[in-house]
Amino acid sequence: MVRFDDVWLTYPAAGGRGGAAAPDVLREVSFEIPEGGFRWVIGPSGAGKTSLLKLIYLALLPSRGRIDLLGVSPAGLARRDLALLRRRIGVVYQDFRLLRHLSAFDNVALPMRLARRNEAQVAADVGEILRWVGLSEKAGSRPDELAGGEQQRIAIARAVVSRPKLLVADEPTGNLDEEQAARLMMLITALNRLGTTVLVATHNLALVGRYPAPRLELAAGRLVPAGRLVAHG
Amino acid sequence: MANFLPARRVDHLGLRAGLADLLLPVLVAAMSFLAALTLGGTMAAAMLAAAWQGDAGSALTIQVPAPEDAAAGGGTSRVEAVLAAVARAPDVADAQLLSGAEVDRLLAPWLGADVSQLGLAVPAVISASWTGAGDPGGLASALALRAPGTLVSTGASWAARVSALARSLQACAAAVLLVVAAVAAAVVAVATRAGLAQRREAIEIVHGLGALDADIADRFAARSLSLAAAGAAAGALLALPALFWLASLAAPFAGPAPGAGGGLPASLWMALPALPLAAAGIGWSTAQVTVRGWLRRLA
Repeated sequence: MVRFDDVWLTYPAAGGRGGAAAPDVLREVSFEIPEGGFRWVIGPSGAGKTSLLKLIYLALLPSRGRIDLLGVSPAGLARRDLALLRRRIGVVYQDFRLLRHLSAFDNVALPMRLARRNEAQVAADVGEILRWVGLSEKAGSRPDELAGGEQQRIAIARAVVSRPKLLVADEPTGNLDEEQAARLMMLITALNRLGTTVLVATHNLALVGRYPAPRLELAAGRLVPAGRLVAHG
Repeated sequence: MANFLPARRVDHLGLRAGLADLLLPVLVAAMSFLAALTLGGTMAAAMLAAAWQGDAGSALTIQVPAPEDAAAGGGTSRVEAVLAAVARAPDVADAQLLSGAEVDRLLAPWLGADVSQLGLAVPAVISASWTGAGDPGGLASALALRAPGTLVSTGASWAARVSALARSLQACAAAVLLVVAAVAAAVVAVATRAGLAQRREAIEIVHGLGALDADIADRFAARSLSLAAAGAAAGALLALPALFWLASLAAPFAGPAPGAGGGLPASLWMALPALPLAAAGIGWSTAQVTVRGWLRRLA
């Protein structure tokens, strides 16, 4: 379950403008996604989609308001507990964020190894997920040796290999062709059917149309009534 | 499936590469070299001081003026009476009357080679060892009864000065070792910060995937530990030739030469291996503090 209650987000002032506070990136954001729910997050560039996702995958903490993730309020959690909560959240980043010095296999295995899973299970699960994303043959390749779409699939494999309770994806199909995007959405919807709560931010309204689900629509940092952006987009 | 490694060998943060890491062992080696020389110097000073203190502290010199005159109570000469009393004293050993030639040799630096030609009233000199615990004042009083004017002196005051000098040298050496340790810690902190800056993106990714602060800090600390220990071991080894050379210079003043250890004291042979251990401890703890402090900037 994900719940936002009157959440505001302001980035710290960068020192310019005589220390004046930066504008609010998110304002009065309130919503609730039940366990196992699916939400699209849509809105124009700069609307606050990525900031909203950063709050959910705990890269940021809100300036005001309350967030509950998987039954836990991150505010006031010890750093160790925040890290353990992060392990229950899978993230597909817009810019992939793969470790360049590691092979595709080791990149995908990272969340399992951080969770101290045994190597036999790591090998089995990573092998399976690499087969699923069609990159078994590239297990030993480093990210620089992979095409953009392949890197995206590795990033997706890393996000789902631990079967997270919550999956957050920021433009996950941005570098994929139609067929790969369809495969990715099959994977995501399959995870969702197994009980994983999913949020996917995208500009791709055609994709949203093909996989109908409730939407969180953002404009200038605020949630707007569902349907407005699609209607005007 | 090829080209992947067991978890313990996976270099998640890419720590096995990086120029900043190469600088660390070199600088720690220099610190260790200085520390080894300091340890060698302080131990040599302590040994020489102990040897000199032992000799000087136990040396007893008795001067008997007008040695051939009759002793108080008559019967024998003053010097014979004093010698007899010294031989009976319980805390005196190895009493020996110096010959005229030996006394002349002692006085030669002040009075020249032909002391006997000067017609001076030179006292007789008895050298002995004082084995008593306290001051030989009681002995001096007893001797003065037989030969008034007899002087009894020990090297205690000179030994006290040597002891104070040795303690001062040891305090200076301790201060130098503290400075060396502080500089080594600063070097590790700077190298760790450079490593953090260089690997910022990788750290943020691993942090975002749920790595504990300890996961990240332990990897940096383990790397710092091994680099610092290797650097310190190299520095200590490089210091050995200099230490052997210093030991050979000090050997004539240090009493009987030790059988093993190439002239270096056993305590130094035990202290040298402690340098890599100390460097490892400094490397590990400094990296832990530096990385954990840096990670607190992240959410």
